[in-house]
Amino acid sequence: MSEVKKVLVEPIFSNNPIALQILGVCSALAVTTSLEVTLVMCAALISVIAFSNMSISLIRNQIPSSIRIIVQMTIIASLVIVVDQILKAYAFDISKQLSVFVGLIITNCIVMGRAEAYAMANPPGMSFLDGIGNGLGYSVVLIFVAVIRELFGAGTLFGVEILPLVKNGGWYEPNGLLLLPPSAFFVIGLFIWLLRSFHTEQIEEPEFKAARHVNKEAV
Amino acid sequence: MSASDKDSIQNIIKVAFAVCLVCSVIVSVAAVSLKPIQKANKQVEIKKNILAAAGLLKADKSIDEQFEVITTRMVDMRTGNFSTDLDIATYNQRKASKDPKQSEKLGRDKDIASIKRLENYSKIYVVESNGKLQTLILPVRGYGLWSTMRGFVALESDLNTIVGLGFYEHAETPGLGGEIDNPKWKKMWVGKKLFDNTGVMKAAVKKGPVDSSISVENEHMVDGLSGATLTSNGVTNLIRFWMGKDGFAPFLNKLKAGEA
Repeated sequence: MSEVKKVLVEPIFSNNPIALQILGVCSALAVTTSLEVTLVMCAALISVIAFSNMSISLIRNQIPSSIRIIVQMTIIASLVIVVDQILKAYAFDISKQLSVFVGLIITNCIVMGRAEAYAMANPPGMSFLDGIGNGLGYSVVLIFVAVIRELFGAGTLFGVEILPLVKNGGWYEPNGLLLLPPSAFFVIGLFIWLLRSFHTEQIEEPEFKAARHVNKEAV
Repeated sequence: MSASDKDSIQNIIKVAFAVCLVCSVIVSVAAVSLKPIQKANKQVEIKKNILAAAGLLKADKSIDEQFEVITTRMVDMRTGNFSTDLDIATYNQRKASKDPKQSEKLGRDKDIASIKRLENYSKIYVVESNGKLQTLILPVRGYGLWSTMRGFVALESDLNTIVGLGFYEHAETPGLGGEIDNPKWKKMWVGKKLFDNTGVMKAAVKKGPVDSSISVENEHMVDGLSGATLTSNGVTNLIRFWMGKDGFAPFLNKLKAGEA
């Protein structure tokens, strides 16, 4: 696999930031109740991570190591503000639903993690692609979770009714639990299970094993 | 550039300064250039909230089109009369409420909603049918836990029964105080009465659930928001202030008597 393709595709399934590295789970819980909001969040994250990776990589040889985290944060925070302003101007209703979570991209571990792990050591072009790849990895999980939560929690996709609801004369009784944050944990858990059944190399070594049961008889 | 050079104090200051400068320019350009569009969005949002408070909001028509049924008028808060002293289109109520020339400082005993200053003129919104008042929508604001909550209260033609209430701007805790945006909670206000038969203000957010067997609670109060006592109190305070004698009460009384 060429280096470009590897950087782009690997984070999607084989090195997924959420499923394997368990980074950035917080926002995955909050913004996945409807597909439309999720897609906007994914687009916001992809643009922030790609451009932050690129700009950090551009000045990586100038950044003094003692203040590198602050410099990264400043760049990421500025990009997040710009994205937030654009959303407020062009997607006002969705930006209201996303509320604080766009701002919280600043603290999203994936963005910081990629800046520190990849962009500080690689050229700008590749860092940009690495950002897009990891953003896509994040998006795949979010979209998977959002489809399940919106479809079974509200019976809709993009707000269009797919499963006819009982209250509208159909047969489907929506599962309210799926609209509440804990359900995202279950769905992400199931996603990781599914992923690791195909990519068995991702299964972690158990940290401890229960001791074998032995029968001891009193003498 | 050698490693020691990169980590020198001069370089640290240089890089920190350059990064801050570039980032601040980018952020400022984005904020300033997008402001007009954001402002227009906010205005539509306010119109939408006025319509929603009056229970007129429909999804299938544009907001501007729907807003045509609503007439904006201005009230002199000091006298409680309609006023045409100022141009409604250019009047900025928000600015006026902070401007010492266009507002009055509220004393500590009067300022139950913690708004500090009350503007001399307030915009109000009227829905009329056949020349008769149908719905009156009044702007309200007051302090909750973290923020000034800004919204609208819509009243029926008896100027006592609430048609709806909603906030278009606040920064209360999402999930707790932020539940003032919850449609189910807002629906509880519909049909509640501000004043009892003797004209005493009774509308409030109760602490805990409303007991519908007690007639005062059933007629005037709504359930408190759990985990958000200060926000709930803030809503009670802002209703008491704006519908009270320092707020719109003089205007409402004059309107009832047909003198406004």
